[in-house]
Amino acid sequence: MSIEIANVTKRFGEFVALDDVSVSIPSGQLTALLGPSGGGKSTLLRIIAGLEQADSGRVQIEGLDATNLPPQRRNVGFVFQHYAAFKHLSVRRNVAFGLEIRRRPKAEIRSRVDDLLALVHLEQFADRLPSQLSGGQRQRMALARALAVQPTVLLLDEPFGALDAKVRKELRDWLRRLHDEVHVTTVFVTHDQEEALEVADEIVVINDGRIEQIGSPDELYDRPANDFVMRFLGPVTQLGDRLVRPHDVQILPADGHEPGATTGRITRITRVGFEIRIEITADDQVIAATLTRNEFLALHLQLDTTVRVRIAPEIQAGTVAVDSGPNLPATTAVT
Amino acid sequence: MAEHSTAEAERPTAVQARPRPGPAKYLLRLVVLVYLVLLVAWPVALVGRNAFANGLTDLRGILDDPDVVHALRLTITVAVTAVVINTVFGVGISLLLVRYEFPGKRLLNALLDIPLSVSPIVVGLALVLVYGGRGGWFGPTLENVGFQVIFATPGIVLATVFVALPLVIREVVPVLQEVGDEQEQAARSLGANAIQTFRRITLPTIKWGVVYGVVLSLARSLGEFGAVKVVSGNVLGQTRTATLVVEEKYLNFDKGGAYATALLLTLVAVAAIIVVSVIRPKEQR
Repeated sequence: MSIEIANVTKRFGEFVALDDVSVSIPSGQLTALLGPSGGGKSTLLRIIAGLEQADSGRVQIEGLDATNLPPQRRNVGFVFQHYAAFKHLSVRRNVAFGLEIRRRPKAEIRSRVDDLLALVHLEQFADRLPSQLSGGQRQRMALARALAVQPTVLLLDEPFGALDAKVRKELRDWLRRLHDEVHVTTVFVTHDQEEALEVADEIVVINDGRIEQIGSPDELYDRPANDFVMRFLGPVTQLGDRLVRPHDVQILPADGHEPGATTGRITRITRVGFEIRIEITADDQVIAATLTRNEFLALHLQLDTTVRVRIAPEIQAGTVAVDSGPNLPATTAVT
Repeated sequence: MAEHSTAEAERPTAVQARPRPGPAKYLLRLVVLVYLVLLVAWPVALVGRNAFANGLTDLRGILDDPDVVHALRLTITVAVTAVVINTVFGVGISLLLVRYEFPGKRLLNALLDIPLSVSPIVVGLALVLVYGGRGGWFGPTLENVGFQVIFATPGIVLATVFVALPLVIREVVPVLQEVGDEQEQAARSLGANAIQTFRRITLPTIKWGVVYGVVLSLARSLGEFGAVKVVSGNVLGQTRTATLVVEEKYLNFDKGGAYATALLLTLVAVAAIIVVSVIRPKEQR
């Protein structure tokens, strides 16, 4: 285990940002801290980096007790949401900063910076100022700068949050591939569940200063520990007293005899690209279901058609009982 | 000076939204121009014209007068010392005000505006009360160990530092607030200690704020009159500064000499401001 966080608590005045949090982050993997804004995930990252001091608890990085070390002695690379580029220094000098501080020989700095600029595809921008780069380029520069000092862990605080959707997707992809090349233990903070599911090896869901669940993307998606994780990781709808993903709702013809199905009427059909979103109004609830276009066409569905719906029988997990609040013990239900 | 990533997208619309200048705009420009000419440019130009009313005789006259030369030297010594002190403390206090939270911060902030709002002559009197050699609160003690403040150069420096105190701070604080502390945090996480972070990151970022503050302080320090008049004792050839020379000559009907000295004072201040505004745009994008 690379980063060990034990019983960390942090308050800002009355506000409890982290409430007795303990978590182990594995070596060499890409871990996402996922949660809503103000949930404490950025605070946890900043405590690992030493940019914030925990009120109580301990932080260990690769076996080294870092609890009371200042940030410059922790050997972590930190990437900020708004890049934190050194505006008065060229891209090359930005990347070289950590090496210059460490008084490495000029030739070594030069070759290492060249390697890193090639790694982040910024060779031809070496002599520009950060202000002459686009947001995506600036963030790649910030990544190269953080990697230059060969950190034990790389920490990224909402690294793609300030970029537009298209660049964000590209960089996400690129980060995943970069990590497969460099293998440095990486922790990144995000509130975007898609980003976490796509990039991370392991996800830590944080809400209200507490950890809700830790697991691989598949585990979290298929076996959410509670109602909060279920809702946060993707769209949900309620069928009877269970929460279920809309794509796990099965629509059947009205005249069938399958057990456990509810009868309802289609009240809305919306098509978004390859996906069809359908609303079915049963006695006292509106159920959302999504189908692919082909499934939709095969079923001959129209507005006002009466159908029967149920949770797809092959979904063994992935639903939770509605009343399990985020702070109650997890009641992963099997249907 | 800093470009905000979010503001970048909004900039083009702001340019489009600006209307073409109409007659009202031209009238407004004219009013401002006339106002500035009547109040600032024309009077200052007249000082220059009067200084050269007798050709170069007046200027040569004061430069040949050892007492005036001494006064000019004293003024420059005092101004430079005061600027150095105000710059070091100004940058320090600015960092304290922007980067740290502590009880009494608002009080300190308000206190820093006092030098700008209180009349310099009051400042002079206040300093005499504290450091005066005879009746002062602290002065006799200092004088016993052989350090005279009032009626000597330290007193003049003290008064000048006092009146120019907030100028560096008021220039540097907004710059520090605007750039935020992310760059400093990034430097720390890359291994830089506090001194390295200040030298390599903070100082270059606030450079132009500091330069502007220094120029304003210099101009203010060269021209200080009221506070200096009270604490210096105005002893010819010893503690008489250039501004006091101007007054003395003016009251003694040596108007040529007064204007010539005044011109020298003005030129140094104006030159400093011009030099800064010429080099500044080159550095900026």
